[in-house]
Amino acid sequence: MSEATDQLRWGMVIDLDRCTGCGACVTACQAENNVALVGKEEFGKGRNLHWLRVERYWEGEFPHVRARFVPMLCQHCADAPCEPVCPVYASYHNPEGLNGQVYNRCVGTRYCANNCPYAVRVFNFFNPEWPQPLDQQLNPDVTVRSRGVMEKCTFCIQRIRGAKESAKLEGRPLRDGEVQPACAQTCPPGAIIFGNLNDPDSQVARLARSPRRLRLLEDLGTEPSVVYLKGGGHEHVG
Amino acid sequence: MSTSAELHPAIAGKNAAMLSSMEPPRWRWYLLAFVLGAVVAFGLYAFTVQVTTGMGVTGINLPVMWGFYIVNFVFWVGLSHSGTMVSAILRLSHATWRRPILRGAEAMTVFSITVGGLFPLIHLGRNWVFYYMLPYPNQYGLWPNFRSPLLWDMMAINTYILGSTIFLYVGMLPDLALVRDRSQGRRRLFYALLSLGWRGTAHQWRLFARASTMLAALIIPVAVSVHSIVAWDFAVTLVPGWHSTIFAPYFVIGAITSGVAAVITLMIVIRKAFRLEEFLLPLHFDNMGKLLLAVTLLWSYFYFAEVLTLWYAHEPIEWEMFRYMAERYGWLLFLMILGNTLLPISLLTFRRIRRSIPAMLGITLMVNVAMFTERFLIVVPPLSHKNIPFVWGSYTPSWVELSVMAAAFAGFGLLYLLFAKFFPIVAVTDVREQEETLAGERRLGRTRLETMAREE
Repeated sequence: MSEATDQLRWGMVIDLDRCTGCGACVTACQAENNVALVGKEEFGKGRNLHWLRVERYWEGEFPHVRARFVPMLCQHCADAPCEPVCPVYASYHNPEGLNGQVYNRCVGTRYCANNCPYAVRVFNFFNPEWPQPLDQQLNPDVTVRSRGVMEKCTFCIQRIRGAKESAKLEGRPLRDGEVQPACAQTCPPGAIIFGNLNDPDSQVARLARSPRRLRLLEDLGTEPSVVYLKGGGHEHVG
Repeated sequence: MSTSAELHPAIAGKNAAMLSSMEPPRWRWYLLAFVLGAVVAFGLYAFTVQVTTGMGVTGINLPVMWGFYIVNFVFWVGLSHSGTMVSAILRLSHATWRRPILRGAEAMTVFSITVGGLFPLIHLGRNWVFYYMLPYPNQYGLWPNFRSPLLWDMMAINTYILGSTIFLYVGMLPDLALVRDRSQGRRRLFYALLSLGWRGTAHQWRLFARASTMLAALIIPVAVSVHSIVAWDFAVTLVPGWHSTIFAPYFVIGAITSGVAAVITLMIVIRKAFRLEEFLLPLHFDNMGKLLLAVTLLWSYFYFAEVLTLWYAHEPIEWEMFRYMAERYGWLLFLMILGNTLLPISLLTFRRIRRSIPAMLGITLMVNVAMFTERFLIVVPPLSHKNIPFVWGSYTPSWVELSVMAAAFAGFGLLYLLFAKFFPIVAVTDVREQEETLAGERRLGRTRLETMAREE
């Protein structure tokens, strides 16, 4: 693997057959990325700010019911519908395949959220607040967003930057698995794998070639960077 | 130079009648202005609450990120197509009956596009940095994103505001000179400056006729492009229910429908308020009614074509959106069909109804209620049920959005009230020109011959 940025293409594999729907990734993401809490009432109105959510779907009729869990986050589409609609380039594509969001540039038209078929872009309806003592544990590497701007999963870009800087200081290329977003690091069954899709030998690239692969709403042509794995139906015993 | 003193008393009297709205206001005018001003002030208060607290005071939420503000935006931009339609298209097609209503319709265009143009700014999460969307030189070397339909929107609406204001102003020049000649003191100076030294020379009239015709021809493509671009805000997205190729022409027809209906409503109000019964005749309502009938027929055809393809293809996501709309907003759907199709098409075919002013008032108000509903049904249900069922939701406007909307209506009324007080609301020159033409007409059997030469 080389250091050159144009050879990096960040991607993620989520193994739905391993996911237990525990929600640890959601908590980790919230803590890592300074995602504000909105309280019960606002959450009920659909004003939550989760960058990552675990969607739960029920399959079958009682008593043969089974729960399906789909961790949903920004898919970092190669052809992202949110990008061209932003009038101020707050939503843009970075050379490593990330779908960036410039909070300072965002004016809050919310057009990107409408055009995102995965509905993973969230809006700051109020100024963020953290009840005691959560205000003491904000991550200093991550900007705190003000009201009126959109935000979403960044694939923990601060960790990517950090890893790239240490690799550069030590004069070596990035190692596979060196960058771990908070969700992947926390996932107890190891269902979330992150890495460079351009490196054919990386774990994420190998898993992404799995015959169990699928990408969400692929027919829309958004070319997501998140690949889900799902088997024939024997994986979860309900 | 002609002053009122030199005019024949009969003509001066006629002019005075047409300019009666500009007489010093009575207490009723002040009361109305006060009430409208109070509603606007309350809307400003609601907006201040929104700016200082956050967009959370509105009803929008995660799936439904656009709400009443965008509904209002589309509605007001739609209304603004009235003046263009009535004035420009009818001017180019030499429909002389338009003359008494053209000024009112043009003013309506300017004020409704101004009100409409405010809504996208009101709806921003950070209104205070709206200028990021303008292409201005800055130290970041950043340019706005010209691929974004919102930028097209801003360009189109600014062009339309400027274009329609110039159209209104140029058309008003001879009338402003007339008002100048009838006023004294500071008022005279005000109108003297505004009338740009109009003396009514042959050269000036020739230039005036040429400019008016050219502006009329130029404003039509602008109007069509404005509402096409508003439609593309929706149509170019991936949202099921928005992504439709018919949207641009469908929106333009919808805009003209609501515009024509609003002009008729306005004609009725102006006629009553300024006692212009002499100039706004049943003939005008008859012709405008025919126009409304034609555009509602077109609108119905477009809607039918849109829903037919949706229903026939039965694409799961699109159909789910439609099913949800019919279930949750069934009564609104019915209201829309009633006001835009059933009522106007069944009633406006009758000449008696077209000439009856109370009936026309009812029908045209219904058309605009239905058009507002249509915009709501376009904006909200598709956002409520997008591709991911886990985040399906719904939307109810909050008191803030309703107050701002009320302020928009009141603000429009206030602008109109002020305009009618300070500017000639009836196009005196145009009406007089037509009267002279008719008076000079000679008949040869059934043929009517104009004896007056006319520019245009």
